[in-house]
Amino acid sequence: MGSETAVRAEGLTKRYGGTTVLDGVDLRLERGRVLGLLGQNGAGKTTTARVLTTLLKADSGRAEVAGFDVATEARRVRASIGLVGQHAAVDEVLNGRDNLVMFARLHGLRPSAARARANELLERFRLGDAAKRPVGKYSGGMRRRLDLAASLVCTPKVLFLDEPTTGLDPHSRAEVWAEVRALVAAGTSVLLTTQYLEEADQLADHIAVMAAGRVIAEGSPAALKADLGGDRIEVVLHEAADLARAQAVIAATTGEEPLVDNDTRMIGAPVDDRVRTLTRTVNALHDAGIDVEDVTLRRPTLDEVFLHLTGKEAA
Amino acid sequence: MNRLAADTWTLTQRDLRHWVAQPTPVVIGLLFPVMTVLMFGFLFGGALSVPGGGNYREFLMPGMFALTMVFSMESTMAAVVTDAQRGVTDRFRSMPMASSAVLLGRSCADMLNAAVGLVVLVVCGLLVGWRSNGSFGATVLAFALLLLLRFALIWVGIYLGLLMNGPEALAAAQILVWPLGFLSSAFVSPDTMPGWLGTVAEWNPLSATVAATRTLFGNPGVGTSWAAENAAVFAVVWPILLVVIFLPLSVRRYRALSH
Ligand SMILES: Nc1ncnc2c1ncn2[C@@H]1O[C@H](COP(=O)(O)OP(=O)(O)OP(=O)(O)O)[C@@H](O)[C@H]1O
Ligand SMILES: [Mg+2]
Repeated sequence: MGSETAVRAEGLTKRYGGTTVLDGVDLRLERGRVLGLLGQNGAGKTTTARVLTTLLKADSGRAEVAGFDVATEARRVRASIGLVGQHAAVDEVLNGRDNLVMFARLHGLRPSAARARANELLERFRLGDAAKRPVGKYSGGMRRRLDLAASLVCTPKVLFLDEPTTGLDPHSRAEVWAEVRALVAAGTSVLLTTQYLEEADQLADHIAVMAAGRVIAEGSPAALKADLGGDRIEVVLHEAADLARAQAVIAATTGEEPLVDNDTRMIGAPVDDRVRTLTRTVNALHDAGIDVEDVTLRRPTLDEVFLHLTGKEAA
Repeated sequence: MNRLAADTWTLTQRDLRHWVAQPTPVVIGLLFPVMTVLMFGFLFGGALSVPGGGNYREFLMPGMFALTMVFSMESTMAAVVTDAQRGVTDRFRSMPMASSAVLLGRSCADMLNAAVGLVVLVVCGLLVGWRSNGSFGATVLAFALLLLLRFALIWVGIYLGLLMNGPEALAAAQILVWPLGFLSSAFVSPDTMPGWLGTVAEWNPLSATVAATRTLFGNPGVGTSWAAENAAVFAVVWPILLVVIFLPLSVRRYRALSH
């Protein structure tokens, strides 16, 4: 309704018995953007998505999706959204086409329009050849694609993706990412939950980090990473005897105090300008005659993000 | 209203497509009562007597008709549990469809299934020598009572299915359907059962439908107890009572999925 905000949640809470699952969640997704909801198992990502998709009533707080209140205007919210749940929610007995036709009919399309829409989506998601096969016989990647297709039968304004690539191989994951990018380019707003920093980094304009039912940090991926000290270089040596010398070299090239792990013969340090520091470090180690077994440049893992953020919370 | 009818039909069609896509469970569901007829009619039938005298297979068929209505409650529960587990129910709930269509569609599909099951069983009965000796009107009324029982049990099945949270609970509930089926006048007269078991069997809603349809079909072995003699009343009252209790409970439970 002309609103520039696709999703707005304020102070959502949810308790099951004695456990607080959502503890005052505030979120905001601008139209045409991607919000990544990042969190470990049990953080409350799915619960948040369920409240926003009208499947679950929050105990308190309010939320608007596509300009409609999820509690009082559920029907209108439902007409504006698509949902890809954490586990593919399609009929395993029916074939791919019949699934899509059924969901399109339930979205109010007439039979002929529903069939046309189903065929269109089958082509777009490269399921044309499998259209007549029962979904129970699909691979995990195909099932995900069908699930995504099923959530697009009504061309949703806001798309909710709950861990859309968990359990997929890298190839299928890249496919899903490409599809999400295409949808966003076409104007869809996306709320995406994930356990992978990499995924949020790839897709999201804005990241909200959840832990124990609360948003503990948010910002653009770049800002969050900067906050975390960015990427790290890790060097593994052939000989433990070289560790001390290598440590000095790396301290000089990165300008940081490296951490040394004697057991794995690994030295790690934060880096600012990724490849330049990497090249400088490798060259310096080579010049010093130190035998290097492995060098990697990596982002902080989700665990490290959490250690950092929760550590800061406590402080 | 239009929307409700359209969505209900879409979901009914979905079940019909299931039958085509996966005929094995449907065929087994249809053949099981046929096997039971053959087993009881020919294998054990000789050893079982009809209260008040008469042909055992004529006595057996109304019992089998009603028993089939009871046992297909399992398929209702299974369908509800499977949809909840696969997340299909949640997908329906996240769509702008008529929400009562989910439960109505389930009951329409299961009623169709019951009708087909009855037709198969009637053919089987005719082949083994069962006949309806009642008038055309009485015969139609008897089948209507059977479908009424099935309709009531669909809502019991939907409610139990919504309560359950996994295949284990489903298996347990399916086993519990068996005593309901056998502790009745379907196979033997309750008079031959020990004391309180006989009383339970006498008052089993299934027995009321069995006795009422035996009377309408003009088949032997109706029994002479008060419950049997007033079976026609109970064959209507029991199912209606079940619907009045379990339909609102099912709707409430379905709505409560969002809590
Ligand atoms: N119906 C329920 N009854 C009781 N507890 C629940 C219920 N649903 C969720 N929870 C609890 O709420 C917490 C958050 O669950 P939620 O599924 O939202 O987490 P999540 O961030 O999606 O985790 P995951 O990454 O594992 O999917 C968990 O501890 C879970 O056990
Ligand atoms: Mg989850």
